[in-house]
Amino acid sequence: MDSVFSNVDRAPEDPILGVTVAYNNDPSPAKLNLGVGAYRTEEGKPLVLDVVRRAEQQLVNDPSRVKEYIPIAGLADFNKLSAKLILGADSPAIQESRVATIQCLSGTGSLRVGAEFLKKHYHQSVIFIPKPTWGNHPKVFNLAGLSVEYYRYYDPATRGLDFQGLLEDLGAAPSGAIVLLHACAHNPTGVDPTPEEWEQIRQLIRSKSLLPFFDSAYQGFASGSLDTDAHSVRTFVADGGECLIAQSYAKNMGLYGERVGALSIVCKSADVASKVESQVKLVVRPMYSSPPIHGASIVATILKNSDMYNDWTIELKGMADRIISMRQQLFDALKAKGTPGDWSHIIKQIGMFTFTGLNKEQVVFMTKEYHIYMTSDGRISMAGLSTKTVPHLVEAIHAAVTRVD
Amino acid sequence: MASSMLSLGSTSLLPREINKDKLKLRTSGSNPFLKAKSISRVTMSVAVKPSRFEGITMAPPDPILGVSEAFKADTNELKLNLGVGAYRTEELQPYVLNVVKKAENLMLERGDNKEYLPIEGLAAFNKATAELLFGAGHPVIKEQKVATIQGLSGTGSLRLAAALIERYFPGAKVLISAPTWGNHKNIFNDAKVPWSEYRYYDPKTIGLDFEGMIADIKEAPEGSFILLHGCAHNPTGIDPTPEQWVQIADVIQEKNHIPFFDVAYQGFASGSLDEDAASVRLFAERGMEFFVAQSYSKNLGLYAERIGAINVVCSSADAATRVKSQLKRIARPMYSNPPVHGARIVANVVGDATMFNEWKAEMEMMAGRIKTVRQKLYDSLVSKDKSGKDWSFILKQIGMFSFTGLNKAQSDNMTNKWHVYMTKDGRISLAGLSMAKCEYLADAIIDSYHNALLYWETPIEL
Repeated sequence: MDSVFSNVDRAPEDPILGVTVAYNNDPSPAKLNLGVGAYRTEEGKPLVLDVVRRAEQQLVNDPSRVKEYIPIAGLADFNKLSAKLILGADSPAIQESRVATIQCLSGTGSLRVGAEFLKKHYHQSVIFIPKPTWGNHPKVFNLAGLSVEYYRYYDPATRGLDFQGLLEDLGAAPSGAIVLLHACAHNPTGVDPTPEEWEQIRQLIRSKSLLPFFDSAYQGFASGSLDTDAHSVRTFVADGGECLIAQSYAKNMGLYGERVGALSIVCKSADVASKVESQVKLVVRPMYSSPPIHGASIVATILKNSDMYNDWTIELKGMADRIISMRQQLFDALKAKGTPGDWSHIIKQIGMFTFTGLNKEQVVFMTKEYHIYMTSDGRISMAGLSTKTVPHLVEAIHAAVTRVD
Repeated sequence: MASSMLSLGSTSLLPREINKDKLKLRTSGSNPFLKAKSISRVTMSVAVKPSRFEGITMAPPDPILGVSEAFKADTNELKLNLGVGAYRTEELQPYVLNVVKKAENLMLERGDNKEYLPIEGLAAFNKATAELLFGAGHPVIKEQKVATIQGLSGTGSLRLAAALIERYFPGAKVLISAPTWGNHKNIFNDAKVPWSEYRYYDPKTIGLDFEGMIADIKEAPEGSFILLHGCAHNPTGIDPTPEQWVQIADVIQEKNHIPFFDVAYQGFASGSLDEDAASVRLFAERGMEFFVAQSYSKNLGLYAERIGAINVVCSSADAATRVKSQLKRIARPMYSNPPVHGARIVANVVGDATMFNEWKAEMEMMAGRIKTVRQKLYDSLVSKDKSGKDWSFILKQIGMFSFTGLNKAQSDNMTNKWHVYMTKDGRISLAGLSMAKCEYLADAIIDSYHNALLYWETPIEL
């Protein structure tokens, strides 16, 4: 029988998630998964935060809990608490009811819903995204109907920020264009602007009426401080201007598979915010009707209980500290080995990922010969590294750098 | 696009008042602000940049979910919520299945982690859901001809399929029943898939317009997608008979159409998982290629967990592999991977023989309560209505919903006079009805049917 699906080709594995697939298929005991950005303990195990377990226990034990559909925009208290978390409890935008917050499916879902909303209701349909950026970003925006342009970001020569290039490219953007900004811990490079550079970026964006769209996937996870990691977003909101923010609780609360996040749209007035929210709901309803309750309930339980909140900040700092320590260990080990090159970017970069500067061929070599799994752009997840596995990685990098061009 | 000045007004002012104030400021000869020292800062704040979202209008509330919101706001103690389709106990309380609580406790004790699921979802769930639908050991499963990926309940699964259709069947149309669930058209609109309607509901019989349905399916361009409700049609509650299903399959095969089932009530309609899957299995027997969207919102009461699946039955394992890979390509830029909690609950319940049997028993209980309440409503209508109107359609319909045959004006009367909340198409959710309220509802229906007149519409005549 002729299939109606004859013209459907086999799609390649997702480049990022496909790394884990390949890792799982590798029988070598020495294998190391530095692909997907999920936190691992020193023992290389996934981690469910203690405070998350407690919150879950509380929820499951509560006889009054039901599984009724939650509103299209998600749990109200989750939304309020999420806005407070990213903007600060004293944010005038919140006090003036100018923030529309909609619970979405983690960062991806928040970005997609925000992009679909902009495509429908915003006069500009071009979005400028940094080069490089998370592999899924261009796909999310393209499928929402936005056209994607790049602004210079990473400088391979310095393994740092190409600040001049960034300013030039955003300066040349058409008025009103949307600009994607990584709030902290840029993925994949780990390179963030300094506070001074952020201020210049803000002024440029406001002067050109560009619309900022923040991707905040690592609040608290980058520096260990929730406030520090929200600084860039808060300075933009403080100037009274509008912006979009996609928040994820995947990493900072370890809720990866629960798909919890929020889209906040900071508007000029409460009236506009209210209308905006009503329109975002029209994007959500034909996509999945309403978001899932479980992860958002866990987040709300933790954020609204001051003891749990404090315990969370301690566990969060613990994760961030371990990653910072891994950076230092890797750097020290490469120096000790005498591996050619300047590896200081490893300790200058921040967050879960390091852009090693290794090229595609070197990555393939490391996977084949040393069973190191990472994305082909040279990005490694520090969260997947431990004191025990640092030596193996150093061997692999050393070999790649000295034997492969 | 509203002028920037309007955005400065407080929301409590009427637009006319705002205009007046602004006019005063503009035409007044002496501007008090000019006397201020810090002129530039003040004039800058007055000439504030408008919102980029200024022209956005307030969207209307969702017609279905909006009913519950209106119900909540009503303070009358006689009020009855027959709007959204969520099961209620006789005490009109939401119901979390015991077997679900069991599964959640088990999951907590085991200390399952919260890692990302693969894009296609939880493997154990995908296996279980396909087996529930087709029957374990069915050839399409044994021969690996079904591409199954976990989706966000029924809506999310429908949306993934719609996106696949848009990409790989450009220009192909989906035919949806008249009427159908209100969100179907939104899903296809947002996915940019053209759609049209096939006749379904016959207001004269408050039954199925079978001839119209067959004629419209026949007339559709070859290779169209035909959206079919697997069982317990929403909103009418009217299902084809087994014999009619055979004829529907015949005409679909004849025209090389592609069936697209929405299965939101498997087990919930008749009480039997197998019986409610009969229509889908009939098509599978024919060796046809088709889509099936599933939801566990109602039959496992997992509404808010958003758990469902999209299944694509293909003619070969190779086609299924390719289709699955493309569904993943659609899911990744939408939400990356689906939520784990609901999927684990389903997998645990279905994977354990004791829990599976407990589930079946609870499902029979829920379906049983609805059947009992249908009977009581029918009995009340027959005993109270002296007009001789035939109310038997209530008993012939199946599932959570009943199409009462009431038009918009009559439905409005139900709400405005009787505080009975329902959707404007005349749909009532029997899941929200208790035995205790049947007589009150019967009174409301009888009154609305006979007495509520729209000036440009007469009541439905038999």
